[in-house]
Amino acid sequence: MSALSLRELRKTYKNGFEALQGVDLAVPAGEFFALLGPNGAGKSTMIGIICSLINKTSGEVRIFGHDLSREREAAKRRIGLVPQEINFNQFETVFNIVVNQAGYYGIRRREAMERAERSLRQVSLWDKRHTVSRQLSGGMKRRLMIARALVHDPGLLILDEPTAGVDVEIRHSMWEFLRTINRQGTTVILTTHYLEEAESLCRHIAIIDHGRIVVNSRMQELLTQVQTHRYTLELKQPIDQTPVVDGFVIEPVDAWTLRAELPPGTGIHRLFNELGAQGIEIHGLRNASNRLEQYFMQLVDHRRDSTQEA
Amino acid sequence: MRTQRIALQTILFKEIHRFLRIWPQTILPAAVTNGLYLLIFGALMGRRIGTIGGVPYLDYIVPGITLMSVITNSYSNVVSSFYSTKFQRHIEELIVAPVSEGVIVAGYVGGGIARGVLVGCVVTGIAALFTDLRVAHWEVLAGMGLLTAALFSLAGFINAVFANSFDAISIVPNFVLTPLVYLGGVFYSIDLLPEIWRRVSLANPILHMVNAFRYGFLGISDVPVDRAFMLIAGMTAALTLWAWWLLRRGTGIKA
Repeated sequence: MSALSLRELRKTYKNGFEALQGVDLAVPAGEFFALLGPNGAGKSTMIGIICSLINKTSGEVRIFGHDLSREREAAKRRIGLVPQEINFNQFETVFNIVVNQAGYYGIRRREAMERAERSLRQVSLWDKRHTVSRQLSGGMKRRLMIARALVHDPGLLILDEPTAGVDVEIRHSMWEFLRTINRQGTTVILTTHYLEEAESLCRHIAIIDHGRIVVNSRMQELLTQVQTHRYTLELKQPIDQTPVVDGFVIEPVDAWTLRAELPPGTGIHRLFNELGAQGIEIHGLRNASNRLEQYFMQLVDHRRDSTQEA
Repeated sequence: MRTQRIALQTILFKEIHRFLRIWPQTILPAAVTNGLYLLIFGALMGRRIGTIGGVPYLDYIVPGITLMSVITNSYSNVVSSFYSTKFQRHIEELIVAPVSEGVIVAGYVGGGIARGVLVGCVVTGIAALFTDLRVAHWEVLAGMGLLTAALFSLAGFINAVFANSFDAISIVPNFVLTPLVYLGGVFYSIDLLPEIWRRVSLANPILHMVNAFRYGFLGISDVPVDRAFMLIAGMTAALTLWAWWLLRRGTGIKA
């Protein structure tokens, strides 16, 4: 069973811009799915259509088998959205925002209040339940939107850049929370500009560019295509000149740090030996690869070059 | 159906809670302004004016002033609340949820009716301090009061749908609604006007509402009451369909 199924989804805006050019995509139930793409690629349009915030031009959207056009209530009941922009009533209390949202899903007030308590406790906002929402910090506002999206127990949770502008500690606690709800059976679709976030959380990835899905793959399969590895080398003594080692790309980060890129099949011990021969001793080593980021940048650059050539 | 019913209750509860929470902005000004109208035009000047249609001037203007407060409050409640919902983007909470367009319209309009009726009752209560109120036809009074509140709540909703700035939600109340209300026979009978202006006045729907409402209170009207009901009910039905259709299309909300 697919949690989300898109068929030939198209969107042309009034100014003639084709944001989606026939998107086909299936997200299996229970998946932790990354939807990536450069700015303007069509991610937000796609999510907007899935969540009924944007009218499609043509095509089909199914949520757990329910056609969004013909079985609206059944389909919408299964979606929870955490949007990119803050979109709750800034003059309402935290508790009322979540209780009202439950009411919109047909949950009676008494039960809505119980569920609101559960959701707010899950995101550690119960203490703030009487606070007017505009007084919350940025991270708390993000968590409030997650609590609101989960109050009706959706089978599919869509998060559009949920950690934008959130500090590292909160980001990691949000990741852990998302992993937990995914383990409990909620299908999660995540869009993010933090590619390490997608690499760390998601098991499946789709990349959209110019309104088309250009990659749709298991995360591990995709990452194995990235063959170069990058390391950060911490030096025992500072250097004033970047060393040159045949077969390696070495860039200085600062006087105490180098970044080296290893071609496929090359062992790092040769780099150590060559640097040692030049009198440079290595104090520490860190893997600097963000393989997904490398893949993403290669793909986007390649597609941009192809478009320009055409 | 159950989902829609509970969603409607939720929107209504939220809307009523909203205007009650900010009562110094929503209820109190109407009480003060209309109290002053009754004091100045009714109690002070009214003595010199004498009677209109066989009733004291103060009694004559009470229904119009009450209905005027119903009109302005039901309109301003919905236009400001729904525009704010759009502006802050929490309309998205409703659009994403399985709430039908009809329920969204009904919820906001219901909130506007509630405020219009509440303010109408407050103004009537203040009027009772100045004169002995009597009601000739309860059913006409209640029917026209509710229909008027519904009509102007719908008009406020449609204004908010099209509005893309705070200026746009004040233009209609200031430059359309206020002149129509003041020229709608609140303070005078159209029988006092020259024939040409009497005929022009009949094109103003507010004149028909005010007179039907006055008929409910005093049993006198410048226009046929049954025709006033048909006109206002017809307009309410037309605006209901228009509001539903706009929301269905996503006008002013969806790309």
